[in-house]
Amino acid sequence: MAKTKVLMTGNEAIAQGAIDAGCRFYAGYPITPQNELIAYMAVHLSASGGIFIQAESELAAINMVFGAAAAGERAMTSSSSPGISLKQEGISYMAGAELPGVIVNVMRGGPGLGNISPSQADYFQATRGGGHGDYRCIVLAPSTVQEAYDFMNLGFDLADKYRNPVMVLADGMLGQMAEPLKTQNSKSKTQNYKKPWALTGCKGRKPNIIRSLYLAEGALEGLNLKLQEKYRAVSQKEQRYENTHLEGAEIILVAYGSMARIARSAMRRLREKGRKIGMIRPVTLWPFPINAFSKHLTPNTKYLVVEMSYGQMVEDVRLAVDGKCAVKFFGRAGGGIPTEEEIIRYAENI
Amino acid sequence: MQKIFSHPKSLRDVTTHYCPGCGHGIAHRIVAEAVDELDIREKVIAVAPVGCAVIAYDYWDFDCSEAAHGRTLAVATAIKRVRPDNIVFTYQGDGDLAAIGTNETIHAANRGENLTVIFINNAVYGMTGGQMAPTTLLGQKTATTPAGREASLQGYPLKISEMLANLAAVKYVERVSLHSPQEVIKAKQAVKQAFQNQIDKVGFSLVEILSPCPTYWSLPPKEALTWIKEVMTKEYPLGRIK
Repeated sequence: MAKTKVLMTGNEAIAQGAIDAGCRFYAGYPITPQNELIAYMAVHLSASGGIFIQAESELAAINMVFGAAAAGERAMTSSSSPGISLKQEGISYMAGAELPGVIVNVMRGGPGLGNISPSQADYFQATRGGGHGDYRCIVLAPSTVQEAYDFMNLGFDLADKYRNPVMVLADGMLGQMAEPLKTQNSKSKTQNYKKPWALTGCKGRKPNIIRSLYLAEGALEGLNLKLQEKYRAVSQKEQRYENTHLEGAEIILVAYGSMARIARSAMRRLREKGRKIGMIRPVTLWPFPINAFSKHLTPNTKYLVVEMSYGQMVEDVRLAVDGKCAVKFFGRAGGGIPTEEEIIRYAENI
Repeated sequence: MQKIFSHPKSLRDVTTHYCPGCGHGIAHRIVAEAVDELDIREKVIAVAPVGCAVIAYDYWDFDCSEAAHGRTLAVATAIKRVRPDNIVFTYQGDGDLAAIGTNETIHAANRGENLTVIFINNAVYGMTGGQMAPTTLLGQKTATTPAGREASLQGYPLKISEMLANLAAVKYVERVSLHSPQEVIKAKQAVKQAFQNQIDKVGFSLVEILSPCPTYWSLPPKEALTWIKEVMTKEYPLGRIK
């Protein structure tokens, strides 16, 4: 299929991106601000021959993804913050059973029921595993509607490549905003990933078992060591980021997702004023792109991390910088969004 | 000479981890025999619960998945939807199916998923040490009802099979027991029927099996069978419910 230019919201782009990436199974539960996504899937995934289920709960939805992934299909679910909390059990089981799948979190304000405004307060939950046990999800943070679309294909590829759950971490702003994007059907990629472990019935082979329970002496430690080896490989090979104007920068902004767009505007205005300022935009939040920082650790460089939270990614920036540079933070959450003016004011007072 | 009885192909020849007198071994064998007789071993995908039967895949020689506690029918729903030509069944205890997984159970049933459900009711949580189950009888002593289950505090034994039978999309519900050879034969017929229904695309089929847990009933195995016959079947009458 040739590239087609369309106007879509982030939520719709995520859904279409999944369909074009060969996603064949979606289960979800309504929650704002991602309802356009589930509604789009109800129409378009079904129309393209995929399976759409409105689940009875977030728990059921993620466990349906577990089942569909176990049966070898590209499967996904989506939700927003409170719903993602409920899915953590299932994500942990997927990580333990090494099942691929994509989970989309269109983040909203928290804690608790919070509100429906954009937020980035689920960073810790997304990048630290979220559920029980020593595991990681690969986390992708789209910043534009185009990326929201593109990262579904990337997400499914990474999930299949590493047999690991992938989380696409968006927020209510990106979910609701409409932008032009180019779609491209790339279903053929699904064929690149063979799944001999999938449950298909044991005809002509030994039975397959999908499990995360390991009771024998040393068996669970063995699984954990295998997972850690996988996570090391992901950390080495899959760091993604966008560096802008870092040469000679005295201040380096660090922001991801929707926040990076506001931070970029602030950076442009500061550069127009002659300030030496650049920006690092992490695209993978796990693995955190420490490589983006490694050449920019001179003592006179100052980092300013901007988030729609009260300081979560900033901890990873501090780890990446390892005490070599000052790391400042500015953030708002619970419906508050740092503005260009606030970022500029903060940066000028560093 | 014609061989009329042998080890089921679908059952591995391994040592059991179940307690002496436990009903799971018989129930596993019934399932394996039904699968063999219907010649569906190469198409079967089982979903095992959290509970004593979590490692059912150590016994059954066909494709199996674990599921998180209670999510068994959500997992099975997706597998069957993705692979409608396979034969998908769940094997669940009373805690998995009727307590932590009640929601998944009711909604999979209400959607009329073309699945086979083997529901083991032994009126107790076995794996965790004999706590009260939703199906525990009134007066029955467990680790968490030391003075016996009391209706005013813990409610009544949950008759989930009767509840499910009320749903339009549920096509077959039968309660059977393992307390005598005759009842085991009937249990096997019901299990086979529930598989046949799936093959025939009839819809959601459930077989509840009253199964002994001598360890947490504090009874010798033989008396546990008598207890099913004389006490448990009064609360849970045997036969076709729907």
